[in-house]
Amino acid sequence: MPKDSGVIGASDKRREDVRFLTGRGQYTDDIQIAGQAYAAFARSDVAHGEIVSIDANAAKAMPGVLEVFTGEDFAEVGGNPAGWLINSRDGEPMKEPKRPVLAHGKVRHVGDAYAAVIAETPEQARDAVEALNAEIKELPAVVDMKAALDGGPLVHDEIETNQCFDWGWIEDNRAATDEAIKNAHHVTTLELVNNRLVPNAMEPRASTGIYDPGTDEYKLYTTSQNPHLTRLLICAFVMGIPENKLTVIAPDVGGGFGSKIYHYGEEALVLAAAKKVGRPVRWTASRSEAFLTDAHGRDHVTKIELAVDAEGNFQAFRTETYANVGAYLSNFSTATPTFLHGTLMAGNYTVPNVYVNVKAVFTNTAPVDAYRGAGRPEATYSLERVIDKCAREMGMDPVEMRRKNFIKPDQYPYAGAAGLEYDTGNYDALMDKMEELADFAGFEARRKASEAKGLLRGRGVNAYIEACGIAPSNLVGILGSRVGLYDAATVRVNATGTLSVMVGAHSHGQGHETVFPQVVADMLGIDAGSIDIVHGDTSKIPFGMGSYGSRSLAVCGSAVVRATEKIIAKARKIAAHMLEAAEGDVTFEDGNFTVAGTDKSVSFGEVAFKAYVPHNFPLEDIEPGLEETAFYDPANFTYPSGAYTCEVEVDPETGKVTIDSFTAVDDFGNVMNPMVVSGQVHGGLGQGIGQAMLENTIYDENGQLNSASYMDYTMPRADDLPFYTVDHSCVTPCTHNPLGVKGCGEAGAIGSPPTIVNAVIDALQSGGKDVTHIDMPLTPARVWSAMNS
Amino acid sequence: MPQVKMTVNGKSVGGEVEGRTLLVDFLRGDLRLTGTHVGCDTSQCGACVVHVNGKAVKACTMFAVEADGADVGTIEGQANADGSLNVIQQAFQDHHGLQCGFCTPGMVMSAAALLKDNPKPSEAEVRAYLEGNICRCTGYHNIVKAIMAASGQDVSAIAAE
Repeated sequence: MPKDSGVIGASDKRREDVRFLTGRGQYTDDIQIAGQAYAAFARSDVAHGEIVSIDANAAKAMPGVLEVFTGEDFAEVGGNPAGWLINSRDGEPMKEPKRPVLAHGKVRHVGDAYAAVIAETPEQARDAVEALNAEIKELPAVVDMKAALDGGPLVHDEIETNQCFDWGWIEDNRAATDEAIKNAHHVTTLELVNNRLVPNAMEPRASTGIYDPGTDEYKLYTTSQNPHLTRLLICAFVMGIPENKLTVIAPDVGGGFGSKIYHYGEEALVLAAAKKVGRPVRWTASRSEAFLTDAHGRDHVTKIELAVDAEGNFQAFRTETYANVGAYLSNFSTATPTFLHGTLMAGNYTVPNVYVNVKAVFTNTAPVDAYRGAGRPEATYSLERVIDKCAREMGMDPVEMRRKNFIKPDQYPYAGAAGLEYDTGNYDALMDKMEELADFAGFEARRKASEAKGLLRGRGVNAYIEACGIAPSNLVGILGSRVGLYDAATVRVNATGTLSVMVGAHSHGQGHETVFPQVVADMLGIDAGSIDIVHGDTSKIPFGMGSYGSRSLAVCGSAVVRATEKIIAKARKIAAHMLEAAEGDVTFEDGNFTVAGTDKSVSFGEVAFKAYVPHNFPLEDIEPGLEETAFYDPANFTYPSGAYTCEVEVDPETGKVTIDSFTAVDDFGNVMNPMVVSGQVHGGLGQGIGQAMLENTIYDENGQLNSASYMDYTMPRADDLPFYTVDHSCVTPCTHNPLGVKGCGEAGAIGSPPTIVNAVIDALQSGGKDVTHIDMPLTPARVWSAMNS
Repeated sequence: MPQVKMTVNGKSVGGEVEGRTLLVDFLRGDLRLTGTHVGCDTSQCGACVVHVNGKAVKACTMFAVEADGADVGTIEGQANADGSLNVIQQAFQDHHGLQCGFCTPGMVMSAAALLKDNPKPSEAEVRAYLEGNICRCTGYHNIVKAIMAASGQDVSAIAAE
């Protein structure tokens, strides 16, 4: 049963909602800085071209124009770096061509910015961009990954190849995996495409740069999921601004889903422009710019093989994947197809052999990076599709085949063949709950009812595991990460007993402002309403790594717990002094410090006041004040898991797929706010179902993005999606973080695509159609064609 | 440049605009009513929905001069007179019908227009009406639920958690 409000486990209503519901949110484009000017970018309309000349004279003469920048102006500053070094199978480091602030010499994808105009108004800036006279000589472009590797035009001439890396995981397992496949009773092979997606946070990216010549300090308001990381990248790699001279503020941010993790050139441009023109400079992306320049997601082409013995026991998974990284390496683009993908290729299973080969390929397309799930949806899709196909080939029930191969609860901790050690889980319990909630027993009757209407009903299942709570710094350091992935929190108890909690995580829809206070209030036994969260401003918060990878609660929440524990420890010392008792005799419960076995007691608020008004205070033993900081670096990833199922109806006349029901059963470990967790799952499901049925990113052979607007890219709308049944009652708490939490932000997007495709294949096969695979999205045209080919 | 006068959230306002100034830019830029958002450039996303003479309108699809003399309502004018959330706003909070909040003003304004015309919409009617409002966070589950709840319908049977 839900608990009362203001504690762990309660579905507290979100306090941040009030400002959003009344139009008082403060997103970057809402914040007006006195005297601000506006930037607009000139962007390439060809996918590949040589910048022969840029004549800005006419543009500079346009009304209101203050300055024009081109790539020349940034030729001497640094590039936007990749955050993760991947080595190829032969030991060679990956290729890292420079990613400049503005294109210099060449443009490499449609939308690549080669100039920027600063003007008094946004309209004047855009008008002046039109007046720029740029001669760009179009060069042959390459879009298809295999063509790029097979002698296609070079995206970056200086690296003399379009292959970024050729990675093997785990290379020492390759021979054994090959052998297991060669000797297997049966091998199922599947070739599939994980369709390229555009994240499409509803708030377009925006940045305002400010420079104060009096103090030589910069300030950047920007749409970021991780303001400290953005500051680090700008200061240490791109512009060389001393870190102490730049404040980055990510105010209210309208969704991210990965696309706002990364530093983009526009952020550096507005800072440089603010200094040059002596005015604050604002840029806000149009949706068209967002489609062309936000980091895209997925875009894998994969061949996967599953070897089984005669009883259906898994013997090996072998995967060969081509991963598109686009024209430039975005900050985490090299981690996504490797360590967030290859390490998950054992799934929930006791398979002894796993080998993954990933070739990352440069093409004349927008950069590709982590998008909700980031590598794990790709892994899950490959695994759960090939398992389903194998079950059909072996004549086994797909649920039974999965159950037969599950890691069992008594096998934890379990070191899997793909290199990760799972701490805990119970996959059969998830499947049991899924079968119950989705009424598996009634399926045949529903199928008959559908058939009576002339429709084909199918049921798909899926089991997933993901690695999140990103990430143990020691481990990721070994794997190539150039950053640590801890997080941080400062708990400041004010003199009057209210609290400000400064966190490194950033909330852009996840509800931190409500949920983090529940944790602290529960620990301190005080009113959650007296606790406020401060986030998003590098001048106010400790150095944290932000929010992505379902890490906010598992990593930053753990830092909040550790800092609160330090507060309790110090407060206990102060209370012991106030109560004239030995510290060991003082207990803390329900917000009161009490001398055990007596009625002598002081409240937390009284202790706080004493800490700041330290009269009669043991200053030789205890410092005044009550404020503590903790950095938390996790010991391992966390491993949420789940069992998903859906039922679809397919109209055999049209190929139209309708989702009749969708059930998601997840093990997120302990749940802090069930309402918020359900909402996170709903959102992930919406995006995963969007990938499976609607969304696709289409570049033509010349590198033009044909799906560059909401008229062309099919976003899921309310009438495309059903009500979902979600459950998170099957709990195996994480064993290595203080709250026992695993993370819930990405699960829905990871678990749902294969569930949908498996269901559609089941429906078609029930109608006698010999269809074993259809690539996403399962549009009516694709389904109809598959049925009728 | 043309002068416009209109009533916004019950107050008379006016200003000088370019002929090409969109209503949404007049509201956000000139009046500093930044609750009305811009999420696309093709009149698809619905983050900019306001009420013009009682009808839901995408403010990116209308020039400010076209609203001359009109009665305009925005999200900033939706709360009750005492500042508390109105029925629809309260239902969105009660049912977790928003996450990042960016599409939310448009959703609330569209929901208000729907319920004005159709006080007890079915699930299918709510979903169909929201065709012009895109949300990327919620998967729509709790938005649909909130609007049905705001209409006074019992939504307890709709799975929540």
